[in-house]
Amino acid sequence: MSIRANYLDMPLTIDDLDGENLEYFRHSAAHDFHLQQCDDCKLLRYPPTTACPWCTCLTSTWTKVEGKGSVYSYEEVHHGIQPAFQARVPYMVLLVELDTQKGKPTEHESLRVVANLTTPDGILAAPDMVKRVGIGSRMRMVFSDVGPGLSLPQWTIDEAAVQPERPWRYPQE
Amino acid sequence: MPLPADTDATTPKYLRDKYAIVGVGETTYTRGSGKTTRAMGTFAVRAAMLDAGLKPSDIDAMLSYSGNDSTPSPFLAGDLGIRLNFFMDVNGGGSSTEALIGIAIGIMEAGMCKCVAIFRSMNGYSQVRIGGTGARSAAPVNGDALHSRAYGWQSAGQMFAPTFMRHMYEYGTKPEQIAMVKVVHSEHASNNPKAFYKKRYTVDDVINSRIICKPLHLLDCCVETDNATCIIVTSAERARDLKHTPALIRGVVGRCSKPRTDMHYQHGPITRVAGYYAKDILWPNAGVGPEDIDAVGAYDAFTFTSMLQLEDYGFCKKGEGGEYVSSGITRLGGKRPQNTSGGHLCEGYTHGMNMVIENVRQLRHDADDSCPVGPDGKRQHTFDYREGGCRQVRNIELTANLGWANPMTGSAMVMRRG
Repeated sequence: MSIRANYLDMPLTIDDLDGENLEYFRHSAAHDFHLQQCDDCKLLRYPPTTACPWCTCLTSTWTKVEGKGSVYSYEEVHHGIQPAFQARVPYMVLLVELDTQKGKPTEHESLRVVANLTTPDGILAAPDMVKRVGIGSRMRMVFSDVGPGLSLPQWTIDEAAVQPERPWRYPQE
Repeated sequence: MPLPADTDATTPKYLRDKYAIVGVGETTYTRGSGKTTRAMGTFAVRAAMLDAGLKPSDIDAMLSYSGNDSTPSPFLAGDLGIRLNFFMDVNGGGSSTEALIGIAIGIMEAGMCKCVAIFRSMNGYSQVRIGGTGARSAAPVNGDALHSRAYGWQSAGQMFAPTFMRHMYEYGTKPEQIAMVKVVHSEHASNNPKAFYKKRYTVDDVINSRIICKPLHLLDCCVETDNATCIIVTSAERARDLKHTPALIRGVVGRCSKPRTDMHYQHGPITRVAGYYAKDILWPNAGVGPEDIDAVGAYDAFTFTSMLQLEDYGFCKKGEGGEYVSSGITRLGGKRPQNTSGGHLCEGYTHGMNMVIENVRQLRHDADDSCPVGPDGKRQHTFDYREGGCRQVRNIELTANLGWANPMTGSAMVMRRG
């Protein structure tokens, strides 16, 4: 069944034939992070795809993955492009490298999951929180509830983790 | 002119110097063209045809690219009385120019046509804004886009910024170094009467301009303009009877891509761009290396895109791009000037075409600057590169164009003076 919802007044839709995304977001709606694990080579992949990018196998099993990792890169948007985000600047887009499967299958590969920096409740982070995060910051996954059957994975500061003394931030603040 | 490593120029694989760019044409680079992409495209193709000294009946193929924001080839051909033996209008933006030149060579080599006009027509400011604002930004977010646009990750600047930021982290690249790309390209634009922005900027101007998407300041981003551009490709043999010294196509690589093209951030190092792979096609096919190149057109959708490509195509070592672009090498009068028209940062945004057009003119030794025109109809270049002056590179023989779609996909071309 297709999904239609509104997030920050922005229409989000998943068509009924888009099986991979429906399944990914079905788990998110339950505040669970699941990725496809290839039935042949057993590697996890992100984002959802039809075939395994390493071995072309067409079958996979949705597997629960721990939503923890470190910021690999980031950006801070100060000039919003989409109407939904124009009133919410500055906001942060994070590329977080999961601890799971880090450096596999080659040293250059990892599962790097994109999301915004949010509060633990999944609300876009305020400027004072944005300033605390940089490359190396330890993050944990939370969710923004969009509507029935749809939540978006998000990142928040993992307050329980040991954080780098000074996460790397853009030199001109 | 003997070329280094010129060992197998006759190899059928590379087709070095067998085809040439013989005509270039463009509209004004403007905001608010007040014209359709059909009208602008027609103007640009006609201008390129006249520039080459060709008649409509000499052109028998057309190629174009767009993001559904242009007019297809058959309309322009019809308007100009061109009967087509081949046409194809493809989807794409940056990196399409060099890729389509490769296709043009392929279709001529296959005996399907003889003379190809390639155009890009766009109202990138007044209709479909290239920066991503306007109707496209408000479109519903569907399916795969939930992994990007739902996070406010949509425009080109937003999509590329993690690559730029990681480069600063890994290599200590400084905002002041990157700013020099804009500074130098703006100096060149000030000597280009048709540039949209002719003002010379300083490093302070760039780093004190407002942040758009950290690490990008406003002046790290290219200009949005309305314009149409065209180049005409035909055989070097045919080029001999035409008006100008031809720009011979030495080698081309098109839309060469990194692994995991759909989601390249899964494959690192993310500071590596497509040029890392494309260079191994470009240089051997062209039979020259980066050290042989006299001038570069390094796609400057952003200051960073220019720098990243220079590194991965081997103009400097990986990680030393910041130093390279701020060393003076890239200036007119420097060892290897780049984006001598001002590029996308200053002249106008054309998805790559204007930087190829500029190199064609440079190779003709006829850059359209403010130098006086002599009795032979050619500009008498002064090589005085001060503001408002000359922008012709002295004794230029070889150029490179490095086309950028995004960090994962790029195209490139080497041309030589015929």
